Amino acid sequence: MEVASPRFKARAAHKLADPALQKALTRVKIKFVPARAQAAADFGDFEALREAGRAIRDRALADLDLWLERFEREATARGAVVHWARDAAEANAIVLAIARENGVRKAAKSKSMVSEECALNDALEGAGIEVIETDLGEYILQLNHEPPSHIVAPVIHKNKEEIADLFEEKHHRPRQTGIAELCREAREILRPHFLSADMGISGANFVVAETGSTVILTNEGNGRLVTTLPRIHVAITGIEKVVPTLEDLSVLLRLLPRSATGQTITNYVSVNTGTRGEGESDGPQQFHIILLDNGRTRVLHSELREMLACIRCGACMNHCPVYQAVGGHAYGWVYPGPMGAILTPLYVGLENALDLPHAATLCGQCSAVCPVKIPLPDLMRKLREQQVERRLRPAAERRGLKLWAWVARHPRLYALGTRLAVRYLRWLADETGRIRVLGLAPEWTSGRDFPAPEPRTFRERWQAGERPGAQPGARP
Amino acid sequence: MKIGFFVTCLVDLMRPRIGFAAIRLLEAAGCTVEVPMTQTCCGQPGYNSGDRASARALAFKVLEEFEAFDYVVAPSGSCAGMIRVHYPDLFRDEPALLARIQALGARTFELTDFLVNVAKLEGVPGRFDGTVTYHDSCAGLRELGVQDQPRALLARTGAELREMTESTTCCGFGGTFSIKFGDISARLADDKCVNACATGAEAIVGGDLGCLLNIEGRLRRRGDETTRVLHVAEVLAGEDGQPARREP
Repeated sequence: MEVASPRFKARAAHKLADPALQKALTRVKIKFVPARAQAAADFGDFEALREAGRAIRDRALADLDLWLERFEREATARGAVVHWARDAAEANAIVLAIARENGVRKAAKSKSMVSEECALNDALEGAGIEVIETDLGEYILQLNHEPPSHIVAPVIHKNKEEIADLFEEKHHRPRQTGIAELCREAREILRPHFLSADMGISGANFVVAETGSTVILTNEGNGRLVTTLPRIHVAITGIEKVVPTLEDLSVLLRLLPRSATGQTITNYVSVNTGTRGEGESDGPQQFHIILLDNGRTRVLHSELREMLACIRCGACMNHCPVYQAVGGHAYGWVYPGPMGAILTPLYVGLENALDLPHAATLCGQCSAVCPVKIPLPDLMRKLREQQVERRLRPAAERRGLKLWAWVARHPRLYALGTRLAVRYLRWLADETGRIRVLGLAPEWTSGRDFPAPEPRTFRERWQAGERPGAQPGARP
Repeated sequence: MKIGFFVTCLVDLMRPRIGFAAIRLLEAAGCTVEVPMTQTCCGQPGYNSGDRASARALAFKVLEEFEAFDYVVAPSGSCAGMIRVHYPDLFRDEPALLARIQALGARTFELTDFLVNVAKLEGVPGRFDGTVTYHDSCAGLRELGVQDQPRALLARTGAELREMTESTTCCGFGGTFSIKFGDISARLADDKCVNACATGAEAIVGGDLGCLLNIEGRLRRRGDETTRVLHVAEVLAGEDGQPARREP
């Protein structure tokens, strides 16, 4: 997928000015936020569940290599083939090789963010293989040639009228406007594809070392069709998704849907283990599992390692005021919101996503709701530090910060500076005590007034002997 | 109790009356308050911008200036949170200094948290015969657990508290965020103004001046000339610039 993250600021401005998008985004606040809060409250000790989830993820990451090897052994013993992909290109090459060997002409996909990371659809289509996204949201996006804007609700940025228009244009059928009718129409179009696809492609929310299983959580049932009907099933996911045991999985299954959509459980939880056995009536004849690195090993050995604990629920973006305001496309790559502000620079390069670690107020709401307690603001700050260390910040910003810090270490100079600043700011202010245009901070005054300061600094007044209670002129 | 009062750079520069109000409250609670005159800034702008070296230098300066006091109190959850929660990160590889920094952090408090939980202030000097809505600033709320304390104190002024929707959602200030991403920041401030004004409260009250400047700035740009924006210390100390109306 093309990386548009360097243009975050311009894209965000564009999104803020898009009334249809703004209306669509209100659903994040109205639906996901209260649903998650209710689910957490209903559960009881959700905090303990988060702690347990984090402990499981930490245990998996502490011995990631061993758990992955165990996974490979168990999966292989049950008839699956495990492939290791260093990067997106290798992952795509593996899928293409499997497709070629087996004469695959059509692949049906269920939702997979890792396949977005690899731009797998482009690779398959480039090789002449027809790819059909079967998750409703992803299907809509495929029709419209758009990337997802949310990892759980990929089409959250669209309203049903836009989808009705799109279906009418692409399906050449009479325009439907009801949600049920639109869903039925998509179902009718998609059903034959499940039956005729040679290959089913899925992601995996988790892979279980103990049993060699891949696990997907879905709501539409398409995942189950994709992983069982076609003769070949390819599951593609990141190496960090491994969990040691089914018991561990059960904890994460309680955590993920509640955090993501507020559901106690998703409509479908599919645990895929091995190929179709003798005498079994369903399941694929070949089961290929592609484990993608694409930078994850590097992150594992870095100070941002905690990010690998992420279980991709999307709670961080649902609760992020910036995401709620600009939506997912502004972030410019696969993963939006606070998660994306960290994953994007980690996977596409710090220098290719300079704005993203700064595109947050560090309000902390993301880490407050993260099911595995990742301190996302702290990780964003670490990336900011790396930008400074690698001199990637604009020169004016670097000089400004250095100057400010130097002055702040020299109290007399600082006192003089603030005295002058107060006079200057008051000179800029109009008769109502506000500054309409502030040359030093034009971004502030483009959307806000800047209130004028009081006539003298605290320090001036305190040094002049003024004390609380009897101060003249303390009430301007 | 000997208090080292951390004025904060924004209060020093923009709203000294908040500093005087806070000191008045601390004295009302029986504290002896000193204001080290060499203090400047806690270092948060550098820290959050990735400039660890600058932040560490200023953190060390704060340590030396305030270590001798029983407590450090700031009229800001953001600055108090910086000292208590984030300073240790700046000294993680310096064990001797880290111990001193952690000890300082343990004695550092946001104003209302200190008044309620340490100084156990009974009555407050201020009287506010009107309606207020309280904005929970992020760092105070999520780093220091400041939520009930300001509300409990405000209730003692006679103010009627009207809770706004999403009082705990960020106002969009975010320090340098507000000048790097002005349009997003202003949009979040706008949401905050809409929620606050929907309560019909006469004043929006908060515990962090950065947020208050952001909210006031957006409020005035929206054309609201009447809703007041006040720091909780001003209201509690009766230093909000208006005489209290007498009860009939």
